[in-house]
Amino acid sequence: MSERTAEVLRAEGLVKTHHGEGAPAHAVRGVDLRVARGEFVAITGPSGAGKSTLLHLLGGLQRPDAGSIWLDGVCTDGYGEARWAVERRKRIGIVFQFFNLVSDLSVADNVELPALLAGVPPKKARAGREELLAELGLAGKERSMPGELSGGEQQRVALARALVNHPPLLLADEPAGSLDSKGTREVMRLLSRFHARGQTILLVTHDARLASAADRVISFFDGRIADDAALDGGTPPRRTGTSGVLELKD
Amino acid sequence: MRLPLLALLARGPAHGYELKQDLEQLLGSAYPQPNVGQIYVTLGRLEKSGLIEGEDVEQSSRPNKKVYHLTDAGREALRAWYEETADEPRVRDEFFMKLALAPQTGLVDQIALINRQRRQYLNTMRQLSKLAAAEHRDNRISQLLIEGAMLHLQADLDWLERCQEELEGLP
Repeated sequence: MSERTAEVLRAEGLVKTHHGEGAPAHAVRGVDLRVARGEFVAITGPSGAGKSTLLHLLGGLQRPDAGSIWLDGVCTDGYGEARWAVERRKRIGIVFQFFNLVSDLSVADNVELPALLAGVPPKKARAGREELLAELGLAGKERSMPGELSGGEQQRVALARALVNHPPLLLADEPAGSLDSKGTREVMRLLSRFHARGQTILLVTHDARLASAADRVISFFDGRIADDAALDGGTPPRRTGTSGVLELKD
Repeated sequence: MRLPLLALLARGPAHGYELKQDLEQLLGSAYPQPNVGQIYVTLGRLEKSGLIEGEDVEQSSRPNKKVYHLTDAGREALRAWYEETADEPRVRDEFFMKLALAPQTGLVDQIALINRQRRQYLNTMRQLSKLAAAEHRDNRISQLLIEGAMLHLQADLDWLERCQEELEGLP
């Protein structure tokens, strides 16, 4: 494995323009970003601001028009499709809004597959899968097919799949975007739990509730970072905090 | 606080400290620790206006306590309270005025103002998340209260986003 730098992810000068029909869409217009090991960073912004494109660039799912990305201090400029696929097995786990599970594989196989592809011995892959599914409250669902599960359950399977190879970085693209309020809280709780154990997470979401689980929130507008704020939760504004949710008047 | 106290008394007579505990238990940690003094003052006012009546009950080792019960007028006031719907929440007036007037003052950039306000909302959101996580899951009323606060804040954040989209890039 590579040397362990403090920076899991670094991006400089990232630019991405989509050329479709009509005028070119400037999705990402010069983004610099550093994510330190153990950080939980959320990127929020209106739909169409380019935040999902940014996440795709960072996960190697799309290539930037300009700019560079470093993973664990290693520049990825020369990486082709195949090399990025390897990175996504070993160094980067990704969860998507629509889960993207393989529909004709069982829950167990969905989770074990990336481990087997990464060369993990079958026994070990199975043990890892069992541990994660139990952790995510999915014990007993191993033989289910993705279509038989609720949205929240499918997203938990996707989370297990993303984490089975213990990637240093977890990317999450609107992970609660197709879940109800309860599912959202579940995802929030799980991301917080993995973060508390040291998992570095970069989350893209338009949901401020989800974003507030992170300890750093980047506001993304029109392809650019508009604000980058550490959330300490330590400056309770007047009236609020633990006691100001409800105000009873005289 | 007047009507919630009447509502608690609709179930049966109670003294001030009991009412404080009932409120605490029902609303959980999202509720500001009720000030018992404020409760007694409010009970006094309710009694004066004839909505409740107090009765001194002797206690062997402590001073007498006053047990209150709802009067017919009180029950009527409570009924009227339930008849009317509550006002809808308003846009954050103070921030909106600051934002609207910012260009004329030349003192602050509107986007900077929005960013600062967003930081505060996000921090509050984080506190609410923590509060929800700390509160007992089975306390539905308390969880709903916190969730309501979070959804309102979410709306405020969405609205800040709209402000930023509209105002970004304007001279």
